Amino acid sequence: MASRPQTVRRPPTAGVNLSLNNPTVRAILYQIVVVGAVGLVVWYLVSNTIENLETRRIATGFGFLDREAGLPIGESVIPYSPADTYARALFVGLLNTLRVALIGIVLATLLGTIVGIARLSSNWLVAQTARVYVEVLRNLPLLLQLLFWWTLFRDLFPGPRQAITPLPGVFLSNRGVQLPAILWQPGYGYVLGAFVIGVIAAVAVSRWAKRRQASTGQQFPVLWVSLALILGVPGITFMAIGAPFALEQPELRGFNFVGGVTLTPEFAALLVGLVTYTAAFIAEIVRSGILAVNQGQWEAALALGLRRGQVLRLVVLPQALRVIVPPTTSQYLNLTKNSSLAVAIGYPDIVSVANTMLNQTGQAIEGIAIIMAVYLTISLSISAFMNWYNRHIALVER
Amino acid sequence: MVVPQPVKSVSPHPMIEMRHVHKWFGEFHVLRDINLTVNQGQKVVVCGPSGSGKSTMIRCINRLEEHQDGQIFVDGIELTNDVKNIEAIRREVGMVFQQFNLFPHLTVLENLTLAPIWVRKVPKKEAEETAMYFLERVHIPEQAHKYPGQLSGGQQQRVAIARSLCMRPKIMLFDEPTSALDPEMIKEVLDVMIELAQDGMTMIVVTHEMGFARTVADSIVFMDRGEIVESAPPQEFFAHPKTDRARLFLSQILGH
Amino acid sequence: MSDTQSHYTSPTFAGPKAGQPGRSFADIPPVKWARANLFNSWLNTALTLLLIYFIVKYAIDLVSWGLINAVWEVPGNDTRACRDIRGIGACWALINEKFRFIMFATYPYEEHWRPALVIVIFLALYVVSAMRRFWNRKLIAIWLLGLVAIGVLMWGGVFGLRYVGQERWGGLPITLILSTFGIAIAFPLSILLALGRRSDMPAIRVMCVTYIELIRGVPLVSLLFMASVMFPLFLPEGVTVDKLLRAQVAIIMFAAAYLAEVVRGGLQAIPKGQYEAADALGLSYWQKTVFIILPQALRLVIPPLVNTFIGLFKDTSLVLIIGIFDLLNAAKTSVNEPAWRGFGVEAYIFVAIFYFVFCFGMSKYSQDLEVELSRHRKR
Repeated sequence: MASRPQTVRRPPTAGVNLSLNNPTVRAILYQIVVVGAVGLVVWYLVSNTIENLETRRIATGFGFLDREAGLPIGESVIPYSPADTYARALFVGLLNTLRVALIGIVLATLLGTIVGIARLSSNWLVAQTARVYVEVLRNLPLLLQLLFWWTLFRDLFPGPRQAITPLPGVFLSNRGVQLPAILWQPGYGYVLGAFVIGVIAAVAVSRWAKRRQASTGQQFPVLWVSLALILGVPGITFMAIGAPFALEQPELRGFNFVGGVTLTPEFAALLVGLVTYTAAFIAEIVRSGILAVNQGQWEAALALGLRRGQVLRLVVLPQALRVIVPPTTSQYLNLTKNSSLAVAIGYPDIVSVANTMLNQTGQAIEGIAIIMAVYLTISLSISAFMNWYNRHIALVER
Repeated sequence: MVVPQPVKSVSPHPMIEMRHVHKWFGEFHVLRDINLTVNQGQKVVVCGPSGSGKSTMIRCINRLEEHQDGQIFVDGIELTNDVKNIEAIRREVGMVFQQFNLFPHLTVLENLTLAPIWVRKVPKKEAEETAMYFLERVHIPEQAHKYPGQLSGGQQQRVAIARSLCMRPKIMLFDEPTSALDPEMIKEVLDVMIELAQDGMTMIVVTHEMGFARTVADSIVFMDRGEIVESAPPQEFFAHPKTDRARLFLSQILGH
Repeated sequence: MSDTQSHYTSPTFAGPKAGQPGRSFADIPPVKWARANLFNSWLNTALTLLLIYFIVKYAIDLVSWGLINAVWEVPGNDTRACRDIRGIGACWALINEKFRFIMFATYPYEEHWRPALVIVIFLALYVVSAMRRFWNRKLIAIWLLGLVAIGVLMWGGVFGLRYVGQERWGGLPITLILSTFGIAIAFPLSILLALGRRSDMPAIRVMCVTYIELIRGVPLVSLLFMASVMFPLFLPEGVTVDKLLRAQVAIIMFAAAYLAEVVRGGLQAIPKGQYEAADALGLSYWQKTVFIILPQALRLVIPPLVNTFIGLFKDTSLVLIIGIFDLLNAAKTSVNEPAWRGFGVEAYIFVAIFYFVFCFGMSKYSQDLEVELSRHRKR
């Protein structure tokens, strides 16, 4: 049947057609026009700017970064004094941004998950309380909420002498939140080491359990054993070295507290504001993620004899997480971007520091470029993670 | 009281027994005094107009719905609120749904091995061998590594049947297994079910496929408004329905 | 998750015998409801009691702070009565005293009826736009008319109205102007950006993607700083642009990027068949886009558009950071006077009511609309 020799025929090569009616030519022309127009506008703005910078004698370039900043920063995770350079001041700001963002992300995830599950509770009161929480927090500007918390901490909380003490050692006053600090003891190095060993052992046990289940079908209470290893090994070590433990209590000296850990009113307001606001959005994401898993999935899994916990772990959560993770990541990004509102309540984040810097040096372009570069880096790394995640779990759904 | 007669059954060992079962959805009385005995190896087809309580009745058997009065025994174990009891019964009773309900995030093979591994505690390799055996039985071993979303409706439903069989159930429940399928796919699913019936599986099938009922059923149970109105062997039920309601239903379903 | 519990032996009181004849205490509807929805398990009973305790406790605190112990009026600027009850009772006298300032900020006092009328016009425009009856060409005419009236009222200088410069505008009208104009001007831009992002022409696609991702990657605050300190450098010598307008430009740039992603979602949801059918009819790209694709795509994205508008409405409050007197900044400034210092919480609660009523109303509207539109589509 296929014995007839076939002549190989190639597709004709397109002749060169430079007519304006050729779609390819048109597209190229069109692009040249648009790019040219945009380029022209940009060139106009840039040339104006250069001219303006010259007439106003504003310096350009990032040379100022090595100069002494002379700007005091209220709180810092690394040693800093106004005598340090602008570069170091900016780094302090960046660390402050990352500090509030990281703690905020962890707490917002916890709170958001709890509220989201509460929204689905069969208990009417619980569900309604969660609903009111979400509706109120989502429908008010974040900046308003931040100012509200800040004012509340600063104006309505009593002075240090009348500080509110919800738990022994914890003081709420208009100077911020004072917490007792755990003092480092010589033996804690061993406890830390034991913790690492516990984690490694837990990973090893879960791998072993997985292999054993694959080969023999025997199951093993991995979760409980892992927890016991992770908490128990350092716990026993702690006991073995004689359980050394000392708290540094905050103490009132004169008009302020000494010792312990201090959260400034600015940090506390920013953290509370960001966490409660973002949690409202995460709650809605969690809720819709769980609702997105079809009721039939529960029924089918239960009908197969799986226990409720197994259904949740093996069937429902893997599906719900695929719906939940992408929008939650963009909420993390939003939280990080929103931490820039710190500038309104005087928490020294990167925007705050850069803003003060650009006012001092007059180099607006460089200052704003730094802010944007920092946030673009964070945004791009998070989207890179998202793309990786999406590829990783590319879902083949019906 | 209407009890289906064991016509061709191998032995009169009752696998399912429902005694005076009642159920309400709020104020709505969905099941009224249901009495039904299904013996080992028996095939019962449940039919009736929509909303007559057919699905609810079979969903009570593996406790996807809770009955509120009366007793249900599965293989001699009474269904109570005892979690261990329910788990034991669900291991013995397989169920196939109208909407397939395959797990979209798992491959076909993983769908089939999930419950044997976690519920029956079977080694993975053995579970996979069983799974491949049943995939061959439903004629789609070549689809083992695909995801449910890549299969046609008929193939998905056959995977769902195989998934239940992997648990080696003693009883199979089918809740309108062909209602969500395109006409050309119905036959491939019914063929698998007929083969299963010929192997002697105890089956309760809610369906409108009267051809299937004629071929396979030992007994036809006709339900209307939450009651079992009639129960008879197929020849008798189709030829001489005793009640007006059954006659009306048959004329509607076979009329054209 | 909760629904599934009923399938698995959760001890519900709707269990055995419920719904059967024989009425008892437990069958009285509210009691039955409470048992099924509040006390259906030990955990739920505990949660209910705990929540009731906290709600009652805080409700009592709130009522005694906000109503019973509150000070509603003080003579002149003498706030001693307020200071005496700091933390025990609210000082609503602040609102009494500063109401006009919070609403209109530094707008000339005797001309306050003008911004007040502007607020009314804005609200009327929103209400009219929300009614599907007006979703046609007439709506554009109504909006143009409304915006001209707003401009005339705010600026004045014609019809015997006194001229009021933008630097004196403030309060709620600023919030409404920034958000409404922001969305109205950003919307057409966003359509172009979204079409550009889906274009076959690589240069245009790259430009649009870069713009959208750049703007979405940075916080609005940085754009506002840019507007406040960098825009003046962009313009030729001698040309100055008012700060409010610069902030408005930043908000438009910001909104356009976010709206473009919303519009793109709509474009992606249009089935390929629609494009092919339009091509088969011999329509050009713009004919196809304007007559076939956009009408369908935009209809699909109305609910997310409303949500973006809510977000933008909230985000306009950020202009406070560059010193523009919007509603929030007016509230913040109202407590700057030494006599009123320390009563910020009252001022913020007051403006929170405005923001909440507006945003909550819009989001309810968007939810209803979503339901209605999806029902229409199914038919």
